[in-house]
Formats: sequence, structure tokens, C-alpha cells
Amino acid sequence: MKPTTDQMIEMLRTMLTIRHFEVTARTQYGHNRDLGSFLGALHSYEGQEAIAAGSCACLRCDDYVLSSHRGHGHFIAKGGDVKAMLAEILGKESGCSRGRGGSMHMFDVKLGLLGGNGVVGGGIPLALGPAFSAQYRGTDQVSAAFFGEGASSQGVFHEAMNLAALWRLPIIFMCENNRYAVRTPACEGVSVPEISVRAAGYGCPGVTVDGNDPVAVFEATSEAVARARAGDGPSLIEAVAYRQQPHCMVIAENRQEAELEQMRECDPLPNYETRLLTERLIDHQQLQAMKDEVTNLMDEAVAYAEAAPYPDPAAVHDYLWA
Amino acid sequence: MRTVTYVRALNEALSEEMARDDSVFIIGEEVGGVFGVTRGLDRRYGERRVRCTPISEAAFTGLGVGAAMSGLRPIVEIMYVDFITVCWDQVANQAAKLRYMSGGQVKLPLTIRAQQGNLTREAAQHSQHIEAWFAHTPGLKVVMPATVEDAKGLLKSAIRDDNPVVFLENRLLYELKGPMPRDEYTIPLGVAKIQREGTDITVVATSNALQKSLAAADQIADEVSVEVIDPRTIVPLDTETILASVRKTGRLLVVHDAPARLGFGAEVVRLVTEQAWDALQAAPRVIGGLNLPMPFSPVLEDVCIPDVPRIAETIRQVARS
Repeated sequence: MKPTTDQMIEMLRTMLTIRHFEVTARTQYGHNRDLGSFLGALHSYEGQEAIAAGSCACLRCDDYVLSSHRGHGHFIAKGGDVKAMLAEILGKESGCSRGRGGSMHMFDVKLGLLGGNGVVGGGIPLALGPAFSAQYRGTDQVSAAFFGEGASSQGVFHEAMNLAALWRLPIIFMCENNRYAVRTPACEGVSVPEISVRAAGYGCPGVTVDGNDPVAVFEATSEAVARARAGDGPSLIEAVAYRQQPHCMVIAENRQEAELEQMRECDPLPNYETRLLTERLIDHQQLQAMKDEVTNLMDEAVAYAEAAPYPDPAAVHDYLWA
Repeated sequence: MRTVTYVRALNEALSEEMARDDSVFIIGEEVGGVFGVTRGLDRRYGERRVRCTPISEAAFTGLGVGAAMSGLRPIVEIMYVDFITVCWDQVANQAAKLRYMSGGQVKLPLTIRAQQGNLTREAAQHSQHIEAWFAHTPGLKVVMPATVEDAKGLLKSAIRDDNPVVFLENRLLYELKGPMPRDEYTIPLGVAKIQREGTDITVVATSNALQKSLAAADQIADEVSVEVIDPRTIVPLDTETILASVRKTGRLLVVHDAPARLGFGAEVVRLVTEQAWDALQAAPRVIGGLNLPMPFSPVLEDVCIPDVPRIAETIRQVARS
């Protein structure tokens, strides 16, 4: 299925929001570090915006998402509140996980966002649960598991594919091939050139798409979602993009200049803006207005998150009952 | 009261909770068979609710965690507790932590049932007692029923709990017969039971070690008045009942089949020495399994786990010291 004009414009807004959020989060993270407050690992989604935007545009509010350690983009694309996200990253009580989770563990149950994960691949079997639950309860909800190409070498990926295919669970395995597992290039960590071929081993459809193109991601995901809702089981989508930032803010990386040049050429954001302008789906004035709105949203989020109180240390035991 | 087996009590608990609540389902390898706990439930409740899986613990345990976060009340069966290692991430990093990490947004009404035990001559990968692994992981409740009545009442409470509960059965107790109330009942998690009252020494024992400790107390009843306490759940632990008993007897022995090193007994001794030091008239002791992978040869296995004579002798020693 192709996206409507409205959907195409909304995907741009989502991508811009994600990009600006990541830049804002990195700035805040650095600012705190300079002040002596180290806020753990921060995994930037920059370069992969088209994947979250294109795939989540196919999901309903009551569908489920199990995210990865690099999950800010999924959270935004599924409708998450950026103010609560930034507050979470700063460890505040009004954060979306009340400051107990942090950057890798954002939850919004109302939106079906059942958390990121600090264990690579750890969320993949979890995503079977909501899919099973939907099938058990007789609804047409679907579950989406987001993970990187590195996680496709974890055992749980293969176990989950097998079980989902065996029981025709309504699940979309969304593999974001961002070309690097920490610092290991995909070609040194994955035994096949295209991860989507792994689906054949479990008797379910697999496809590789351009993860820099939200429309390509949308088309593949909408097919997979339709199949899942119809009771025809899981699909594997590999969306190939390029992680623009290091694995996280504490691990230095050196990449070749030629590779970085190529990265700039395939940056999903300017390319998609140009496409919408060229196809006259949006004009320069509208684009600028959208960018201004996103900038304002981030300014509000920063003001909110900075002013928000930290959790009360006396409440450290709250939310644990065992 | 009527007399049934431990395995029958567990089976009834499962069946009653499934009849009571459609969101309860069972998932695991060969469910409906093997040890008999789930026998007949597949016929009664059908494939939708009693789901046999491939040999894929990480996948179906993760499925259980995710299903618990999305409105269901799963019972995951791990055939032998030893196999928990292949899904440990789903248990320790996911199930145990997600309620807390979500700031309390998600409920996690998950029961993980497994059996442990030894003396079935199955060697080191089928004979471990590993309750301490779970108990050392914040976020998991750990239940160890030692009697028929407790098996049913505690399992029903575990299923109704909104937290992940690890329910550790003991296969040596499956054929144990005992009284069970006729009417429906539950037993709350976190309440110990004084299984035998006494005045000279407090013995805290879990699972099959509780049964062995009761037998030992009977053997030496003429010499020593032994109070035997079953904590029933090691997380949450009913510290007050144990402390009150030690304050009365002044002596403590903890008995379990798991290795003594860094085990549950060490934790009970810590609590008692920290909180009831003045009441102690003798050094507290722990008897546990040896620090070994369980050997296969029956003559070797038999020396690895505390038996009734050794428990009786240790009770005598502590009582006289």
C-alpha cells in the first residue's frame, strides 16, 4: 500500500522531530557531562529516522512496539511525548518511565510502547507476547519488534521467528540494518549479505528495503501489517540505513572519509524534504513552518525537562513489589 | 479435608484458576504430560489455553513476559529448572525488571513453574537446586511449597499475583500425600508456617528439606524439642516469624538441599545475627548440599544432599552447644 499525501507529510514531520530530538538530547547529555553529571549511554537514532517514521505510520495506537536500546525514534513515531522522553533521559520523576528506566527503557503503555531494551535482541521474544495476546483475545492488533542487524545473530531472533511462524503470530520483525554492531561492520558479523533471507529458513516472507526512504519502509510495513491482521503470520523486514553517530556517546569511532561522504549523500532527511518539494506535496513556506514547530517543541521540551524535579530518593523502592 | 497427592494439588490449582479467569494460560514443552502437573488440562481447556511449544525456552518465556504486559496471566512451565539458563535473560533482565523500569506502568502477572530436586540419577544438569539465583534477583518472588496444602494454595496466589513469581516444585514431593481443604482456598505469599512447635531450637527448612527436617525432629523428639518453620516463600520472606521463634528458642539451624555457600541459609543467618543477636545462645548453623555439580553415580549423589540422620545429628549438636 502507498502512503496518502497526508501520511507522506506526517512522515516528514516525524523524521524532523526525531532528528531534532536526537540533536537536543545529545546537547543536553553533553551539557550535563560538562557539569559533572554522567547520564549513561545515549544511542542516537540519527540516520535511521525514515525507518521509524515509515513503519510506525502503518501502526494503530493500540498496536504494540517493543523497541531496542536505540529507541527514541520508535517512541516519537508511535506518538510518544518528547517532553516526557527528555525528562526521562535527564532522570526526572516526570520522565516517561518516572526516571527509573532512562534512555534505553522508555514506556508508554497507553500507546502500546512496551519499552526499549538494554540487551541486544532481548526485546524480540517479548514482542511475541502482545502478538500472542492479540491472537488469544481475538483482536486484530499487531506487535512490532525493532532490532538491529547485530541482534539478528542472537539466538532469540531465530527462536522468535520459528515460534511466530509456527503459530502465525501477528508480528512484524523490523530489522534496522544500520551497518554497524557497535564498531563491527555488518559484513563481519552477519553471514549473509541480506538479513531478509533469514526469513526463508522459517517459512515466512522477508524483504529488504531502502531504510533511507520512508515510503519504501511504509509500503513494506503496510503489507506486513495487513498480513498480520489477516491472520497470515509474521514477516521480516530489513531496512538498510546508516547510523550517523557512534554506537553511543561514550565509544569513539573512526570512519573513512569516503564513507562519511556517502553517508551525507544518502541522509534521509534532506532527500525526503527535496522529494516532497519536488513532488509539490509541500512548499518551502510549509516546510519552514514545520521546522519552526519542531524547533519550538524541542525548546519547550528542554525547558520542561530542565525544570522537572528529580525523583525523591525516599521513593527508590516504589514500583518494586518483590 | 481430603487426602491427595502434591501433584494433584498443583493440578487442581491450575484448573481452578483457569476456570476462574480466561486470561490464564499455560505454555511450555510437553504440557499436559511428563510430570503430571498439567495432566488433563489440555483436554479440558483446549489448545488455545494449554500451549505446547517447541524446545525454545527463551522464545516462550519471552512470550510469557510480553503477554503478561499486554493483558494476559501466563503460566510458563520450565520442564527442569536447570533449563532456565537458556532463558535467563528473559527471566532476570526482562521479567524481573520491567515493572520497575517502566515506573510501575506495566503489570507483570507471570508465573514461572519449574521443578527441581535430585535423587532421580539424572546428573548435574537435571539435579540442581537454584532458588538462590532467583532470590538474588530483585523483582522476582520465589515460592517453594513443601506440603500438599501449600502446593495448591500458594500456586493459586502466585497465579493471581501481579508480579513475576518463580514457583519451584520439588519432584521428590510429587507423590507425597497429605490433607487438603475441600473448599476453595488460597495461601498468601510471604507468610511462613510453623510446621512443628518446639522450645529448644528453631529449624528453618524449605521444600523437601522441610519434610526431612520434620522426620528428623520426630526421631529425636525425646531428646530435643524442635520448632520447624517453613518459610514457604523465600521472597518475600516472613522474617518476623523466624525472628520470633529464635527469640523463643535461642538456637537456629537452616536446612536446604541447595549448596550452603552463599545460599538461603546464609541469608537467614545474616538476618538473625543482625536482628536477634542477643537472643542467640549458640552459633547458628546451616546444612546444605555440597558445592559440587551433582555426580551421576548413586553412591556419590547420595552423599551430596543432607539426609534425615545428618539433620537429626546436627540438631542435637546445635541444641547441646
